[in-house]
Amino acid sequence: MPINYYIFLSVALFCIGVAGVLTRRNAIIVFMCIELMLNAVNLLLVAFSKMHHLALAATDPNAGINGQLFVFFIMVVAAAEVSVGLAIIAMLYRNTHSVDINFLNRLKH
Amino acid sequence: MNAIIISAVLGVIMMFSGIFLKKNSSIAALAILGIIILLAVTIMEMSGYHFFAVDTHGMLFFDAFGLLFNCVAFAGTLALFLLNAKDIAAIGNNPGEYFALIFFVLCGIAIASSFNTLLMLFIGIEIISIPLYILTGSDKRNLKSNEASLKYLLLGAFSTGLMLLGIAFLYGASEKGSFFIDELAIGKAAASPLLMAGLLLITTSLAFKVSAAPFHFWAPDVYDGAPTPVTSFMATVVKGGAFIAFIRLFGDAFVELKSQWQIFIAILAAATLLIGNITAVFQQSVKRMLAYSSVAHIGFMLFALLTLNTLAREGTILYIAAYSAATIGLFAILAKMKDHGFEGFNGMARQYPKLALAATIFLLSLAGIPLTGGFLAKYYMIASVMQTGHFLWLVILSLFCAAISIYYYFRVIQAMYFKEGQGQHLEVSAGFSGWLIVLAIIVILLGIFPQWLIDRLYIIYL
Repeated sequence: MPINYYIFLSVALFCIGVAGVLTRRNAIIVFMCIELMLNAVNLLLVAFSKMHHLALAATDPNAGINGQLFVFFIMVVAAAEVSVGLAIIAMLYRNTHSVDINFLNRLKH
Repeated sequence: MNAIIISAVLGVIMMFSGIFLKKNSSIAALAILGIIILLAVTIMEMSGYHFFAVDTHGMLFFDAFGLLFNCVAFAGTLALFLLNAKDIAAIGNNPGEYFALIFFVLCGIAIASSFNTLLMLFIGIEIISIPLYILTGSDKRNLKSNEASLKYLLLGAFSTGLMLLGIAFLYGASEKGSFFIDELAIGKAAASPLLMAGLLLITTSLAFKVSAAPFHFWAPDVYDGAPTPVTSFMATVVKGGAFIAFIRLFGDAFVELKSQWQIFIAILAAATLLIGNITAVFQQSVKRMLAYSSVAHIGFMLFALLTLNTLAREGTILYIAAYSAATIGLFAILAKMKDHGFEGFNGMARQYPKLALAATIFLLSLAGIPLTGGFLAKYYMIASVMQTGHFLWLVILSLFCAAISIYYYFRVIQAMYFKEGQGQHLEVSAGFSGWLIVLAIIVILLGIFPQWLIDRLYIIYL
Protein backbone atom coordinates (compact mmCIF):
# COMPACT_ATOMS: atom_id res chain seq x y z
CA MET A 1 0.00 0.00 0.00
CA PRO A 2 1.42 3.43 -0.82
CA ILE A 3 2.63 5.51 2.12
CA ASN A 4 0.17 8.28 1.27
CA TYR A 5 -2.76 6.33 2.68
CA TYR A 6 -1.02 6.05 6.03
CA ILE A 7 -0.20 9.75 6.02
CA PHE A 8 -3.82 10.64 5.26
CA LEU A 9 -5.14 8.32 7.95
CA SER A 10 -2.73 9.63 10.59
CA VAL A 11 -3.33 13.25 9.72
CA ALA A 12 -7.10 12.67 9.80
CA LEU A 13 -6.82 11.07 13.25
CA PHE A 14 -4.59 13.91 14.37
CA CYS A 15 -7.07 16.51 13.12
CA ILE A 16 -9.91 14.78 14.96
CA GLY A 17 -7.79 15.10 18.08
CA VAL A 18 -7.07 18.78 17.42
CA ALA A 19 -10.75 19.49 16.77
CA GLY A 20 -11.62 17.78 20.02
CA VAL A 21 -9.11 19.82 21.98
CA LEU A 22 -10.43 23.04 20.49
CA THR A 23 -14.15 22.36 20.88
CA ARG A 24 -14.78 20.12 23.89
CA ARG A 25 -15.24 21.69 27.31
CA ASN A 26 -14.63 18.70 29.55
CA ALA A 27 -11.04 18.51 30.72
CA ILE A 28 -10.95 14.72 30.64
CA ILE A 29 -12.27 14.55 27.09
CA VAL A 30 -9.76 17.20 26.03
CA PHE A 31 -7.10 15.01 27.53
CA MET A 32 -8.35 11.97 25.63
CA CYS A 33 -8.20 13.99 22.42
CA ILE A 34 -4.56 14.85 23.14
CA GLU A 35 -3.89 11.13 23.54
CA LEU A 36 -5.54 10.58 20.16
CA MET A 37 -3.12 13.09 18.65
CA LEU A 38 -0.14 11.26 20.12
CA ASN A 39 -1.41 7.89 18.90
CA ALA A 40 -1.93 9.25 15.40
CA VAL A 41 1.75 10.18 15.47
CA ASN A 42 2.66 6.69 16.66
CA LEU A 43 0.84 5.19 13.70
CA LEU A 44 2.60 7.53 11.30
CA LEU A 45 6.02 6.75 12.77
CA VAL A 46 5.48 3.02 12.42
CA ALA A 47 4.36 3.47 8.82
CA PHE A 48 7.41 5.58 7.98
CA SER A 49 9.62 3.10 9.76
CA LYS A 50 8.33 0.31 7.51
CA MET A 51 8.76 2.55 4.48
CA HIS A 52 12.39 3.26 5.31
CA HIS A 53 12.96 -0.41 6.02
CA LEU A 54 11.68 -1.44 2.62
CA ALA A 55 13.76 1.21 0.89
CA LEU A 56 17.03 0.64 2.72
CA ALA A 57 16.92 -3.03 3.81
CA ALA A 58 19.39 -4.03 1.09
CA THR A 59 22.20 -1.97 2.62
CA ASP A 60 21.23 -2.05 6.29
CA PRO A 61 19.05 -4.87 7.69
CA ASN A 62 18.14 -2.71 10.72
CA ALA A 63 17.05 0.30 8.68
CA GLY A 64 13.92 1.99 9.97
CA ILE A 65 14.04 0.38 13.38
CA ASN A 66 14.61 3.75 15.09
CA GLY A 67 11.13 4.91 14.13
CA GLN A 68 9.61 2.04 16.08
CA LEU A 69 11.89 2.76 19.03
CA PHE A 70 10.65 6.33 19.04
CA VAL A 71 7.10 5.03 19.43
CA PHE A 72 8.03 3.36 22.70
CA PHE A 73 9.43 6.62 24.01
CA ILE A 74 6.23 8.43 23.04
CA MET A 75 4.16 5.81 24.87
CA VAL A 76 6.23 6.17 28.05
CA VAL A 77 6.16 9.95 27.98
CA ALA A 78 2.42 9.96 27.25
CA ALA A 79 1.86 7.70 30.25
CA ALA A 80 3.87 10.07 32.46
CA GLU A 81 1.90 13.00 31.12
CA VAL A 82 -1.42 11.28 31.76
CA SER A 83 -0.53 10.41 35.33
CA VAL A 84 0.41 14.02 36.05
CA GLY A 85 -2.57 15.33 34.10
CA LEU A 86 -5.17 13.20 35.82
CA ALA A 87 -3.70 14.18 39.19
CA ILE A 88 -4.08 17.85 38.28
CA ILE A 89 -7.65 17.32 37.07
CA ALA A 90 -8.46 15.43 40.29
CA MET A 91 -6.99 18.30 42.31
CA LEU A 92 -9.12 20.80 40.42
CA TYR A 93 -12.20 18.64 40.93
CA ARG A 94 -11.56 18.45 44.65
CA ASN A 95 -11.47 22.25 44.88
CA THR A 96 -14.28 23.18 42.49
CA HIS A 97 -16.39 20.02 41.99
CA SER A 98 -16.22 20.43 38.25
CA VAL A 99 -13.90 19.49 35.39
CA ASP A 100 -15.21 22.11 33.00
CA ILE A 101 -12.47 24.12 31.34
CA ASN A 102 -14.65 27.21 30.86
CA PHE A 103 -13.57 27.77 34.39
CA LEU A 104 -10.13 28.70 33.12
CA ASN A 105 -11.31 32.17 32.25
CA ARG A 106 -11.17 33.26 35.84
CA LEU A 107 -7.47 34.10 35.55
CA LYS A 108 -8.19 36.90 33.11
CA HIS A 109 -9.31 39.55 35.48
CA MET B 1 27.15 14.46 30.61
CA ASN B 2 28.16 15.44 34.16
CA ALA B 3 25.23 17.82 34.53
CA ILE B 4 22.62 15.37 33.22
CA ILE B 5 23.55 12.58 35.62
CA ILE B 6 24.34 14.73 38.67
CA SER B 7 21.12 16.77 38.36
CA ALA B 8 19.02 13.60 38.16
CA VAL B 9 20.82 12.16 41.21
CA LEU B 10 20.37 15.43 43.10
CA GLY B 11 16.67 15.34 42.24
CA VAL B 12 16.36 11.90 43.81
CA ILE B 13 18.34 13.02 46.88
CA MET B 14 16.09 16.06 47.33
CA MET B 15 13.01 13.86 46.97
CA PHE B 16 14.07 11.79 49.98
CA SER B 17 15.48 14.72 51.95
CA GLY B 18 12.03 15.35 53.42
CA ILE B 19 12.28 12.07 55.35
CA PHE B 20 15.57 12.92 57.06
CA LEU B 21 15.42 16.70 57.36
CA LYS B 22 12.48 18.13 59.23
CA LYS B 23 13.25 21.83 59.02
CA ASN B 24 12.52 23.85 55.88
CA SER B 25 15.73 25.80 56.27
CA SER B 26 17.92 22.68 56.25
CA ILE B 27 16.18 21.41 53.10
CA ALA B 28 16.77 24.80 51.48
CA ALA B 29 20.43 24.67 52.51
CA LEU B 30 20.76 21.19 50.98
CA ALA B 31 19.22 22.47 47.73
CA ILE B 32 21.67 25.38 47.62
CA LEU B 33 24.55 22.96 48.20
CA GLY B 34 23.20 20.75 45.41
CA ILE B 35 22.96 23.53 42.86
CA ILE B 36 26.49 24.68 43.73
CA ILE B 37 27.74 21.13 43.08
CA LEU B 38 25.82 21.06 39.79
CA LEU B 39 27.33 24.36 38.70
CA ALA B 40 30.81 23.17 39.70
CA VAL B 41 30.61 19.92 37.73
CA THR B 42 29.39 21.78 34.65
CA ILE B 43 32.28 24.21 34.86
CA MET B 44 34.61 21.24 35.31
CA GLU B 45 33.15 19.59 32.23
CA MET B 46 33.94 22.75 30.28
CA SER B 47 37.50 22.46 31.55
CA GLY B 48 37.77 18.85 30.36
CA TYR B 49 36.89 16.73 33.39
CA HIS B 50 34.40 14.06 32.42
CA PHE B 51 33.24 11.98 35.35
CA PHE B 52 31.06 9.56 33.44
CA ALA B 53 32.07 7.70 30.30
CA VAL B 54 28.68 7.07 28.76
CA ASP B 55 28.40 5.95 25.14
CA THR B 56 25.44 7.94 23.84
CA HIS B 57 25.87 6.69 20.24
CA GLY B 58 26.16 10.30 19.17
CA MET B 59 22.67 11.12 20.41
CA LEU B 60 24.01 13.84 22.70
CA PHE B 61 26.60 16.31 21.59
CA PHE B 62 28.33 18.61 24.05
CA ASP B 63 29.79 21.84 22.76
CA ALA B 64 30.85 25.08 24.39
CA PHE B 65 27.58 26.79 23.48
CA GLY B 66 25.36 24.26 25.21
CA LEU B 67 27.65 23.86 28.22
CA LEU B 68 28.00 27.60 28.71
CA PHE B 69 24.24 27.95 28.57
CA ASN B 70 23.99 25.19 31.20
CA CYS B 71 26.34 27.20 33.40
CA VAL B 72 24.18 30.29 32.96
CA ALA B 73 21.01 28.33 33.71
CA PHE B 74 22.47 26.72 36.83
CA ALA B 75 23.87 30.05 38.01
CA GLY B 76 20.39 31.54 37.52
CA THR B 77 18.88 28.74 39.57
CA LEU B 78 21.54 29.30 42.23
CA ALA B 79 20.54 32.98 42.39
CA LEU B 80 16.89 31.93 42.67
CA PHE B 81 17.68 29.51 45.50
CA LEU B 82 19.85 32.01 47.38
CA LEU B 83 17.09 34.61 47.22
CA ASN B 84 13.93 32.53 47.39
CA ALA B 85 14.77 29.08 48.77
CA LYS B 86 12.63 29.72 51.84
CA ASP B 87 9.70 30.88 49.73
CA ILE B 88 9.99 27.75 47.57
CA ALA B 89 9.99 25.56 50.66
CA ALA B 90 6.99 27.45 52.03
CA ILE B 91 4.76 26.88 48.96
CA GLY B 92 3.19 23.81 50.52
CA ASN B 93 3.72 20.84 52.77
CA ASN B 94 6.36 19.01 50.74
CA PRO B 95 9.41 21.30 50.55
CA GLY B 96 11.82 18.57 49.42
CA GLU B 97 9.71 17.69 46.41
CA TYR B 98 9.63 21.20 44.98
CA PHE B 99 13.42 21.30 44.90
CA ALA B 100 13.50 17.77 43.48
CA LEU B 101 11.21 18.81 40.62
CA ILE B 102 13.39 21.85 39.92
CA PHE B 103 16.44 19.58 39.68
CA PHE B 104 14.57 17.30 37.28
CA VAL B 105 13.74 20.32 35.12
CA LEU B 106 17.45 21.21 35.13
CA CYS B 107 18.21 17.67 33.95
CA GLY B 108 15.79 18.23 31.06
CA ILE B 109 17.48 21.55 30.28
CA ALA B 110 20.88 19.84 30.17
CA ILE B 111 19.48 17.32 27.67
CA ALA B 112 17.66 19.94 25.59
CA SER B 113 20.83 22.00 25.27
CA SER B 114 22.91 19.08 24.02
CA PHE B 115 20.60 16.98 21.85
CA ASN B 116 21.80 15.63 18.56
CA THR B 117 18.71 13.67 17.53
CA LEU B 118 15.05 14.58 17.47
CA LEU B 119 14.46 11.81 20.02
CA MET B 120 16.61 13.60 22.58
CA LEU B 121 14.97 16.92 21.72
CA PHE B 122 11.59 15.38 22.50
CA ILE B 123 12.79 13.72 25.70
CA GLY B 124 14.52 16.89 26.86
CA ILE B 125 11.52 19.14 26.24
CA GLU B 126 9.23 16.66 28.01
CA ILE B 127 11.51 16.31 31.04
CA ILE B 128 11.40 20.09 31.27
CA SER B 129 7.61 20.28 30.89
CA ILE B 130 6.20 17.50 33.05
CA PRO B 131 7.76 18.59 36.39
CA LEU B 132 6.70 22.15 35.58
CA TYR B 133 3.04 21.13 35.30
CA ILE B 134 3.30 19.91 38.88
CA LEU B 135 5.29 22.91 40.11
CA THR B 136 2.72 25.30 38.61
CA GLY B 137 -0.04 23.62 40.56
CA SER B 138 2.00 23.11 43.73
CA ASP B 139 -0.05 25.65 45.68
CA LYS B 140 -2.81 23.08 45.95
CA ARG B 141 -5.43 25.11 47.83
CA ASN B 142 -5.15 28.13 45.57
CA LEU B 143 -7.68 28.05 42.73
CA LYS B 144 -5.58 30.31 40.53
CA SER B 145 -2.65 27.94 40.84
CA ASN B 146 -4.92 24.97 40.02
CA GLU B 147 -6.24 26.65 36.91
CA ALA B 148 -2.82 27.78 35.77
CA SER B 149 -1.55 24.25 36.09
CA LEU B 150 -4.46 22.75 34.13
CA LYS B 151 -4.11 25.35 31.41
CA TYR B 152 -0.36 24.80 31.18
CA LEU B 153 -0.85 21.06 31.09
CA LEU B 154 -3.46 21.08 28.31
CA LEU B 155 -1.60 23.57 26.12
CA GLY B 156 1.76 21.98 26.83
CA ALA B 157 0.52 18.52 25.92
CA PHE B 158 -1.16 19.94 22.83
CA SER B 159 2.06 21.58 21.66
CA THR B 160 3.92 18.34 22.36
CA GLY B 161 1.48 16.62 20.01
CA LEU B 162 2.26 19.19 17.32
CA MET B 163 5.98 18.69 17.84
CA LEU B 164 5.63 14.92 17.53
CA LEU B 165 3.72 15.18 14.27
CA GLY B 166 6.45 17.50 13.02
CA ILE B 167 9.12 14.99 14.06
CA ALA B 168 7.24 12.18 12.30
CA PHE B 169 7.06 14.25 9.09
CA LEU B 170 10.76 15.06 9.25
CA TYR B 171 11.50 11.39 9.78
CA GLY B 172 9.43 10.50 6.75
CA ALA B 173 11.13 13.15 4.67
CA SER B 174 14.69 12.16 5.59
CA GLU B 175 16.13 9.87 2.97
CA LYS B 176 18.33 7.97 5.40
CA GLY B 177 15.48 7.26 7.78
CA SER B 178 17.23 8.76 10.75
CA PHE B 179 16.45 11.18 13.54
CA PHE B 180 19.93 12.70 13.65
CA ILE B 181 19.54 16.41 13.11
CA ASP B 182 22.53 16.80 10.81
CA GLU B 183 21.11 14.18 8.43
CA LEU B 184 17.62 15.64 8.21
CA ALA B 185 18.04 18.18 5.46
CA ILE B 186 21.20 17.07 3.71
CA GLY B 187 21.40 18.07 0.09
CA LYS B 188 17.93 19.57 0.01
CA ALA B 189 18.14 22.91 -1.69
CA ALA B 190 14.38 22.96 -2.06
CA ALA B 191 12.35 21.44 0.74
CA SER B 192 9.79 18.75 0.00
CA PRO B 193 6.25 19.45 1.23
CA LEU B 194 6.67 16.81 3.95
CA LEU B 195 9.86 18.45 5.26
CA MET B 196 8.27 21.90 5.13
CA ALA B 197 5.17 20.71 7.02
CA GLY B 198 7.38 19.10 9.65
CA LEU B 199 9.46 22.24 10.00
CA LEU B 200 6.34 24.38 10.38
CA LEU B 201 4.87 22.10 13.05
CA ILE B 202 8.09 21.95 15.07
CA THR B 203 8.47 25.73 14.83
CA THR B 204 4.90 26.19 16.07
CA SER B 205 5.41 23.84 18.97
CA LEU B 206 8.72 25.39 20.06
CA ALA B 207 7.16 28.84 19.69
CA PHE B 208 4.52 27.60 22.16
CA LYS B 209 7.22 26.48 24.56
CA VAL B 210 9.14 29.77 24.46
CA SER B 211 5.81 31.69 24.35
CA ALA B 212 6.38 33.63 21.15
CA ALA B 213 3.31 35.44 19.80
CA PRO B 214 0.78 34.41 18.50
CA PHE B 215 1.32 31.32 20.68
CA HIS B 216 1.95 33.29 23.86
CA PHE B 217 -1.57 33.53 25.26
CA TRP B 218 -1.02 30.87 27.91
CA ALA B 219 2.05 32.57 29.37
CA PRO B 220 0.54 35.53 31.27
CA ASP B 221 -2.20 33.41 32.83
CA VAL B 222 0.16 30.63 33.85
CA TYR B 223 2.84 33.02 35.12
CA ASP B 224 0.21 34.91 37.08
CA GLY B 225 -1.32 31.82 38.66
CA ALA B 226 1.84 29.89 39.52
CA PRO B 227 3.56 30.51 42.87
CA THR B 228 5.94 33.46 42.39
CA PRO B 229 9.29 31.61 42.83
CA VAL B 230 8.11 29.03 40.29
CA THR B 231 7.12 31.82 37.89
CA SER B 232 10.59 33.26 38.30
CA PHE B 233 12.11 29.89 37.38
CA MET B 234 9.77 29.36 34.43
CA ALA B 235 10.19 32.82 32.96
CA THR B 236 13.99 32.71 32.97
CA VAL B 237 15.84 29.41 33.17
CA VAL B 238 13.19 27.24 31.54
CA LYS B 239 12.47 29.70 28.79
CA GLY B 240 16.19 29.95 28.06
CA GLY B 241 16.42 26.16 27.89
CA ALA B 242 13.60 25.89 25.39
CA PHE B 243 15.13 28.71 23.37
CA ILE B 244 18.55 27.04 23.23
CA ALA B 245 16.85 23.90 21.92
CA PHE B 246 15.20 26.09 19.27
CA ILE B 247 18.55 27.62 18.21
CA ARG B 248 20.37 24.29 18.16
CA LEU B 249 17.67 22.64 16.06
CA PHE B 250 17.64 25.38 13.45
CA GLY B 251 21.38 26.03 13.53
CA ASP B 252 22.37 22.39 13.07
CA ALA B 253 19.59 20.95 10.98
CA PHE B 254 17.96 23.57 8.81
CA VAL B 255 20.58 26.18 8.19
CA GLU B 256 20.75 25.30 4.48
CA LEU B 257 17.04 25.98 4.15
CA LYS B 258 17.43 29.40 5.77
CA SER B 259 15.93 31.33 2.89
CA GLN B 260 12.69 29.38 3.18
CA TRP B 261 11.95 29.88 6.87
CA GLN B 262 13.68 33.16 7.63
CA ILE B 263 10.73 35.39 6.76
CA PHE B 264 8.44 33.27 8.93
CA ILE B 265 10.71 33.74 11.96
CA ALA B 266 10.98 37.47 11.20
CA ILE B 267 7.17 37.80 11.32
CA LEU B 268 7.09 35.76 14.51
CA ALA B 269 9.67 38.09 16.10
CA ALA B 270 7.85 41.22 14.98
CA ALA B 271 4.50 39.97 16.28
CA THR B 272 6.06 38.92 19.58
CA LEU B 273 7.72 42.30 20.07
CA LEU B 274 4.57 44.26 19.27
CA ILE B 275 2.09 42.15 21.23
CA GLY B 276 4.38 41.67 24.22
CA ASN B 277 5.26 45.33 24.61
CA ILE B 278 1.88 46.87 23.84
CA THR B 279 -0.06 44.51 26.10
CA ALA B 280 2.42 45.01 28.93
CA VAL B 281 1.56 48.71 28.98
CA PHE B 282 -2.02 48.00 30.05
CA GLN B 283 -1.30 45.65 32.95
CA GLN B 284 -2.28 46.60 36.47
CA SER B 285 -0.21 43.98 38.25
CA VAL B 286 3.58 43.94 38.17
CA LYS B 287 3.63 40.15 38.05
CA ARG B 288 1.48 40.15 34.92
CA MET B 289 3.49 43.02 33.46
CA LEU B 290 6.67 40.95 33.91
CA ALA B 291 4.94 38.01 32.22
CA TYR B 292 4.23 40.14 29.15
CA SER B 293 7.72 41.61 29.33
CA SER B 294 9.11 38.08 29.18
CA VAL B 295 7.11 37.59 25.98
CA ALA B 296 8.56 40.85 24.65
CA HIS B 297 12.11 39.75 25.45
CA ILE B 298 11.56 36.51 23.54
CA GLY B 299 10.89 38.76 20.56
CA PHE B 300 14.42 40.11 20.86
CA MET B 301 15.91 36.67 21.37
CA LEU B 302 14.20 35.46 18.18
CA PHE B 303 16.58 37.77 16.29
CA ALA B 304 19.31 35.24 17.06
CA LEU B 305 17.21 32.50 15.49
CA LEU B 306 16.65 34.66 12.47
CA THR B 307 20.33 35.28 11.76
CA LEU B 308 22.19 32.33 13.36
CA ASN B 309 25.58 34.02 12.95
CA THR B 310 28.43 34.36 15.46
CA LEU B 311 27.05 37.53 17.00
CA ALA B 312 23.72 35.80 17.44
CA ARG B 313 25.24 32.91 19.39
CA GLU B 314 27.24 35.23 21.62
CA GLY B 315 24.24 37.48 22.03
CA THR B 316 21.92 34.62 22.99
CA ILE B 317 24.10 33.64 25.94
CA LEU B 318 24.50 37.25 27.02
CA TYR B 319 20.79 37.96 26.58
CA ILE B 320 19.70 34.96 28.61
CA ALA B 321 22.22 35.80 31.35
CA ALA B 322 21.28 39.49 31.60
CA TYR B 323 17.54 38.90 31.28
CA SER B 324 17.55 36.02 33.78
CA ALA B 325 19.55 37.93 36.39
CA ALA B 326 17.27 40.96 36.21
CA THR B 327 14.01 38.98 36.12
CA ILE B 328 15.00 36.62 38.94
CA GLY B 329 15.86 39.66 41.07
CA LEU B 330 12.52 41.36 40.42
CA PHE B 331 10.51 38.21 41.03
CA ALA B 332 12.48 37.66 44.25
CA ILE B 333 11.16 40.98 45.54
CA LEU B 334 7.66 40.19 44.27
CA ALA B 335 7.73 36.84 46.08
CA LYS B 336 8.08 38.73 49.36
CA MET B 337 5.12 41.01 48.59
CA LYS B 338 1.45 40.33 49.18
CA ASP B 339 0.12 42.97 46.78
CA HIS B 340 1.50 42.50 43.27
CA GLY B 341 -0.01 45.71 41.87
CA PHE B 342 1.95 48.81 40.95
CA GLU B 343 0.64 50.48 44.13
CA GLY B 344 2.47 47.86 46.17
CA PHE B 345 5.74 49.53 45.19
CA ASN B 346 4.67 52.99 46.37
CA GLY B 347 7.18 54.57 48.70
CA MET B 348 9.45 51.55 48.71
CA ALA B 349 12.59 53.66 48.31
CA ARG B 350 12.12 55.19 51.74
CA GLN B 351 11.32 51.96 53.54
CA TYR B 352 13.74 49.58 51.84
CA PRO B 353 16.38 51.68 50.01
CA LYS B 354 18.61 48.70 49.17
CA LEU B 355 15.74 46.75 47.62
CA ALA B 356 14.58 49.78 45.66
CA LEU B 357 18.09 50.42 44.35
CA ALA B 358 18.53 46.82 43.21
CA ALA B 359 15.06 46.78 41.63
CA THR B 360 15.87 50.00 39.78
CA ILE B 361 19.03 48.45 38.31
CA PHE B 362 17.09 45.35 37.23
CA LEU B 363 14.38 47.47 35.59
CA LEU B 364 16.95 49.65 33.82
CA SER B 365 18.63 46.51 32.51
CA LEU B 366 15.33 45.10 31.25
CA ALA B 367 14.57 48.41 29.55
CA GLY B 368 18.01 48.33 27.90
CA ILE B 369 19.64 51.44 29.36
CA PRO B 370 23.42 51.61 28.71
CA LEU B 371 25.89 50.35 31.34
CA THR B 372 23.62 47.43 32.16
CA GLY B 373 23.67 43.91 30.76
CA GLY B 374 20.32 44.40 29.07
CA PHE B 375 21.65 47.16 26.85
CA LEU B 376 24.53 45.13 25.44
CA ALA B 377 22.32 42.09 25.03
CA LYS B 378 19.90 44.08 22.91
CA TYR B 379 22.86 45.62 21.06
CA TYR B 380 24.22 42.18 20.13
CA MET B 381 20.82 41.05 18.86
CA ILE B 382 20.28 44.13 16.72
CA ALA B 383 23.87 44.05 15.46
CA SER B 384 23.46 40.44 14.37
CA VAL B 385 20.44 41.43 12.28
CA MET B 386 22.25 44.46 10.85
CA GLN B 387 25.12 42.18 9.84
CA THR B 388 22.87 40.20 7.51
CA GLY B 389 21.95 43.38 5.67
CA HIS B 390 18.26 42.48 5.47
CA PHE B 391 15.29 43.01 7.77
CA LEU B 392 15.97 46.68 8.44
CA TRP B 393 12.23 47.09 9.16
CA LEU B 394 12.57 44.62 12.00
CA VAL B 395 15.40 46.61 13.56
CA ILE B 396 13.36 49.83 13.41
CA LEU B 397 10.34 48.06 14.87
CA SER B 398 12.45 46.63 17.70
CA LEU B 399 13.82 50.07 18.61
CA PHE B 400 10.28 51.42 18.65
CA CYS B 401 9.23 48.56 20.94
CA ALA B 402 12.21 49.10 23.24
CA ALA B 403 11.03 52.70 23.60
CA ILE B 404 7.54 51.50 24.59
CA SER B 405 9.05 49.14 27.14
CA ILE B 406 10.71 52.05 28.95
CA TYR B 407 7.24 53.33 29.84
CA TYR B 408 6.08 50.31 31.79
CA TYR B 409 9.43 49.59 33.45
CA PHE B 410 9.80 53.19 34.60
CA ARG B 411 6.30 53.13 36.05
CA VAL B 412 7.64 50.82 38.76
CA ILE B 413 10.68 53.04 39.38
CA GLN B 414 8.39 56.05 39.60
CA ALA B 415 6.17 54.28 42.11
CA MET B 416 9.17 53.36 44.26
CA TYR B 417 10.85 56.75 44.33
CA PHE B 418 8.31 59.47 43.60
CA LYS B 419 5.04 58.26 45.04
CA GLU B 420 4.07 58.58 48.63
CA GLY B 421 2.47 55.55 50.06
CA GLN B 422 2.15 53.23 52.94
CA GLY B 423 4.46 50.55 51.57
CA GLN B 424 3.65 47.02 52.60
CA HIS B 425 5.71 45.32 55.21
CA LEU B 426 8.22 42.89 53.72
CA GLU B 427 10.01 40.24 55.68
CA VAL B 428 13.50 40.62 54.29
CA SER B 429 16.63 39.36 55.96
CA ALA B 430 20.02 41.05 55.65
CA GLY B 431 21.16 38.10 53.53
CA PHE B 432 18.33 38.65 51.06
CA SER B 433 19.17 42.31 50.41
CA GLY B 434 22.86 41.40 50.28
CA TRP B 435 22.36 38.78 47.57
CA LEU B 436 20.05 41.12 45.71
CA ILE B 437 22.76 43.78 45.62
CA VAL B 438 25.26 41.15 44.43
CA LEU B 439 22.86 40.21 41.62
CA ALA B 440 22.49 43.89 40.69
CA ILE B 441 26.28 44.23 40.55
CA ILE B 442 26.42 41.18 38.26
CA VAL B 443 23.88 42.85 35.95
CA ILE B 444 26.08 45.94 35.74
CA LEU B 445 29.28 43.90 35.27
CA LEU B 446 27.62 42.05 32.38
CA GLY B 447 27.02 45.44 30.81
CA ILE B 448 30.62 46.58 31.19
CA PHE B 449 32.64 43.39 30.74
CA PRO B 450 30.48 41.10 28.60
CA GLN B 451 33.62 39.44 27.22
CA TRP B 452 34.11 37.71 30.58
CA LEU B 453 31.09 35.62 29.72
CA ILE B 454 31.33 35.52 25.96
CA ASP B 455 34.99 34.47 25.81
CA ARG B 456 34.02 31.25 27.57
CA LEU B 457 32.38 30.24 24.29
CA TYR B 458 35.80 29.93 22.69
CA ILE B 459 37.92 28.59 25.53
CA ILE B 460 37.20 24.94 25.78
CA TYR B 461 39.17 21.83 26.50
CA LEU B 462 36.91 19.01 25.43
